[in-house]
Amino acid sequence: MGMKTDEKLIVKGKRLDGRKPDEIREIEMKVGVIPNANGSAQVRFGNTIAIAGVYGPRPLFPKHRQESDRAIIQCRYNMAPFSVEERVRPGPSRRAVEISKVTRLALEPALFLKDYPEMVVDVYIEILQADGSTRVTGINAASLALADAGVPMKDLVVALSGGKIDDTIIIDLCGKEDNYSEADIPIAFLPRKKEITLLQMDGQLTPQEIKDILKNILKTGETVYKKQKEVLKKKYEK
Amino acid sequence: MRSGYVLKLLENGERIDGRKLDQFRDIKVETDIVQRAEGSARVKIGKTDVIVGVKTEIGQPFADMPNMGILKTGAEFTPIASPDFESGPPGEDATELARVVDRGIRESDCIDLEKLCIKEGEKAWEIYVDVHIINHDGNLIDASTLAAVAALKKTKIPKLEDDKIIRDKFEKKLPLLHTPITVTVGKIFDKFIVDPLKEEEDVFDSKLSAAVMEDGKICALQKSGENGLSLEDINNMIDLAVKKSKEIRKLL
Repeated sequence: MGMKTDEKLIVKGKRLDGRKPDEIREIEMKVGVIPNANGSAQVRFGNTIAIAGVYGPRPLFPKHRQESDRAIIQCRYNMAPFSVEERVRPGPSRRAVEISKVTRLALEPALFLKDYPEMVVDVYIEILQADGSTRVTGINAASLALADAGVPMKDLVVALSGGKIDDTIIIDLCGKEDNYSEADIPIAFLPRKKEITLLQMDGQLTPQEIKDILKNILKTGETVYKKQKEVLKKKYEK
Repeated sequence: MRSGYVLKLLENGERIDGRKLDQFRDIKVETDIVQRAEGSARVKIGKTDVIVGVKTEIGQPFADMPNMGILKTGAEFTPIASPDFESGPPGEDATELARVVDRGIRESDCIDLEKLCIKEGEKAWEIYVDVHIINHDGNLIDASTLAAVAALKKTKIPKLEDDKIIRDKFEKKLPLLHTPITVTVGKIFDKFIVDPLKEEEDVFDSKLSAAVMEDGKICALQKSGENGLSLEDINNMIDLAVKKSKEIRKLL
């Protein structure tokens, strides 16, 4: 965001990668990809690949961090050093710390944490390859990993990004669009009740434009929701 | 428990300090309070007290923006400000605060960064905005953004002689283009509340912070809190933030 380019991001209604404005990239989802984890998933949106592992609910240590009436979620969003052009230095960056926090808050409303006092649910997200919209891809992977772990959930958590280029609303931003579009809005939501659990934005938009983009993301998100359910069902069909 | 009392009042549309749900506490903005800083401001919203100092240094522009100055925002929750704050490097909440303040400034194009390049690809001014919390009684995001913008408005760029910074002489005012105002709206019991006290923040379902520009456009959003929001909630919260931003803008 904020960067300028002479390159047209939308030409004749088609985006750089040939997509229509509200078309999401090719999605691939797998569950049960990490044998050691209680639940895990890998999600690919185009060239963005996230892998998530869930451990727990398990006892939380040190003991003084335990909550007597509920479990807590710990969340770690991490970009692999080789996931982007210029190597990412290992260790938590400020960006990763913030994304870990909003990811945790995005997942929390889906769980019944009061059923597991003194426990912790650890959610680890690794971005293996980044081409825009990594935090939402990570949340989709985490949602599947939680379900795969058998952690009771009110609903799956669906996440998707939206933005605006030349007055056109676009959905699922790739890396270049992420850098140059007029705005970037990542959201996560529980589809059944349309409860929005993550909302961030940067760029410059009127309140009406924000409303339109959110509505559009909620609608397109149904496709992602369907895919999530499909891949989970498939696991038990074998 | 005290939080039960806070909740009971809010359920009836009342607050522990007698304010209306959409009413801010008294806001005081002081500027030029730290001589050593190139720009500074102290904002008090009720008992919340925040100081922002702006320092300027010379650095190398980012490779993807070779002709632009650099903005860096930090925040520290000093243990002096609250019994809940501990010593040590910035934690998750301080990091989030810094990034939300940064996004409001950056995305509004508040600073004309293109005018801060000294030599393309080699040298540019770095503008460090550091948020220091002195007393925490809620609504840190709004107070910090207001203090940051007030400090930037007073910031002067030091003179350069042979590429050395002469700290006591100034060349020009920091070039600014826009003034973002951030307003945070909390939600509980289908009620929307602005400028929460610490005790109110602790019982909220969720909060939405919106950075609003002069023309009413939004340039940054951040949802926080443990519960979800409906599309209608978000629309209402954005509208309230835009409305309140006009009142606060008058203080600058």
